[in-house]
Amino acid sequence: MKLMTLVKLALQAIRKNKMRATLTMLGIIIGVAAVIVMVAVGYGARSRIKEQINNLGTNMIVITPGASATGGVSQGAQAFATLTVDDATKIRNEAQYVTAISPVVATRMQVVAPQGNWRTSINGVDIDYQTIRNWTTSDGAFFGPDDVRSAHTVAVLGRTVAQRLFPNSEPVGQEVQIGKVPFTIVGVLVPKGQTAAGTDSDDVILVPYTTASSRLSGRARIPQIIASAASQQDIPAAQDEVRALVRESHKLTQGDDDDFTIKNQNELADAAASSTDVMTMLMAAIASISLLVGGIGIMNIMLVSVTERTREIGIRLAIGARGSDVLTQFLVESIVMGVIGGAIGLLVGFIGAKVLGHFTGWETVISPVIMIISIGFSGAVGVFFGFYPARKAAALNPIQALRYE
Amino acid sequence: MNDVVIQTNAITKTYESGSNSVHALRGIDLTVHRGEFIAVMGQSGSGKSTLMNVLGCLDTPTSGNYLIDDVHVETLNKNELAALRNEKIGFVFQGFNLLARTSALENVELPLLYDRSGRKRDSRAMAIAALGRVGLADRVNHQPSELSGGQQQRVAIARALVTEPALVLADEPTGNLDSRTSIEVMALFQALNEQGITIVLVTHEPDVAVYAKRIVEVRDGRIRRDEPVKNRRNAAEDLANTEVLDDDDVTSVSAPVITPAAAVAVAGGVA
Repeated sequence: MKLMTLVKLALQAIRKNKMRATLTMLGIIIGVAAVIVMVAVGYGARSRIKEQINNLGTNMIVITPGASATGGVSQGAQAFATLTVDDATKIRNEAQYVTAISPVVATRMQVVAPQGNWRTSINGVDIDYQTIRNWTTSDGAFFGPDDVRSAHTVAVLGRTVAQRLFPNSEPVGQEVQIGKVPFTIVGVLVPKGQTAAGTDSDDVILVPYTTASSRLSGRARIPQIIASAASQQDIPAAQDEVRALVRESHKLTQGDDDDFTIKNQNELADAAASSTDVMTMLMAAIASISLLVGGIGIMNIMLVSVTERTREIGIRLAIGARGSDVLTQFLVESIVMGVIGGAIGLLVGFIGAKVLGHFTGWETVISPVIMIISIGFSGAVGVFFGFYPARKAAALNPIQALRYE
Repeated sequence: MNDVVIQTNAITKTYESGSNSVHALRGIDLTVHRGEFIAVMGQSGSGKSTLMNVLGCLDTPTSGNYLIDDVHVETLNKNELAALRNEKIGFVFQGFNLLARTSALENVELPLLYDRSGRKRDSRAMAIAALGRVGLADRVNHQPSELSGGQQQRVAIARALVTEPALVLADEPTGNLDSRTSIEVMALFQALNEQGITIVLVTHEPDVAVYAKRIVEVRDGRIRRDEPVKNRRNAAEDLANTEVLDDDDVTSVSAPVITPAAAVAVAGGVA
């Protein structure tokens, strides 16, 4: 028989028992809807985290010292060389795809102001930092090229630090003491809020990197260089270019492994998002148990249906249907039931996710992939749980089936 | 292709139930020629149902040979038997056995859905033609529940005819019908037989058997009697006679069962 005929037959059979079919499909509907909602919430959380990472900067590339994350074997002391200001300078001067670059010299120090004191991160950066991080000042201004070149003791405060040190007064123009060195405050940054990791991105003080390395940490080596590519598409090219330049700067030859790691923003975002994926999978797995229960419902009803329609099966067998014809007929019926249930469940899940998102303020994301998977899965449930009843129907003896009352 | 539709050779059928075996058929030799109209008679337990199942290829004999339309049945597997039933045999059952909540047309179309030979292309047109042959051209879209018993049985006959089988096998086709409708159905069978269709009718009612051309009586799994029907009756004439009676006596009881149009169509077919 043609597939169209089979589907038509299945729909007829379902229509003849609307109430029963609806109740049967309810199991699948609830199962699919639950999976959709759970995954939508999970994906929502994921995309929120990605957004927060993207908030870090524009088309950002992060270069950190040390072996690449995949290489676990020690490269030896000398090979474990770290990044230097020279690397940053070389990239700035020679790279084509990199539009902005800044070393980040990070330390943590006690900061003392007339009204209070606070321990916070001190980041020595270049003026490009504000471009890369897309971070402007709300009061005052960022330090300029002169400040960097001459290693002036100027500082830009994050919002949290500003509030802690100067609860009642305007910080710009005042002085703070970082470690033993007095700095003049030239600006206060706009608040950026929490990072993806949950830390406060406004709990920071920015100073020229030259000042940081000469007056504060005393180190020539820097823990991080951040750079910006011209556009999203340029990120891979910029990454390759930066890799080549840093290798050159570090005098690495052909066979040597990189002694630094380059990551772009997307990779950072993916890494952060992967943890939510585990949670999403877990929730979806729990939700899919109800799909299993729905499948058992289909099996139950199909068994009842086969018994009820024994005579019909007998007629079909008598007039020339093969066992396989009957098998296919009942199998298609349970698949159709599963798929219809899946489609309705998808709709319910879709609406449910939107409603949930509306009332809780959670972001929910419904991906087309999960839609296809859920429909396919409910069809598979139909096959799996429909097979036994269908085989039972196909194995009937036509004589006995015809005589069945 | 020869003149013989059915030829059985010492067919036996033994059912094993526990320790004792039941001999339902003990050697049946039966030859049915094209265009015959045979009534297989017998009491319940005589083996006539088993014979009918074997003749209908629903069951295979324990021993003996069975040849239908030049095909050796005993060599076929389950799927080949199904195909054979589809191609060669049209079934008419006692309980009509129509699919409920399915239109007459779709019921008649059903055997064509299982046709694998590919020779039946336009199943819809063929089903409509078959319904026309039994005088139900105007009931094509009715469901069984909207039809009288006689009409339902005629839908079943149309379903048996639609594949143009070599043999129509009717198992107690009048068992669930009142006597008047029974005659109506027999008139239809006679008309179809006139058109050359081979019919084997299984019944236990002598009243019904007299409309056939030949009677085969089965008892204890053997053929006891095989002879032409003496005093064969013409169902169309009987129908005309009862109609007169009905008009006089019992109009209110039996009139709703039969639509006049259908009765005319049947009578017309015979004439």
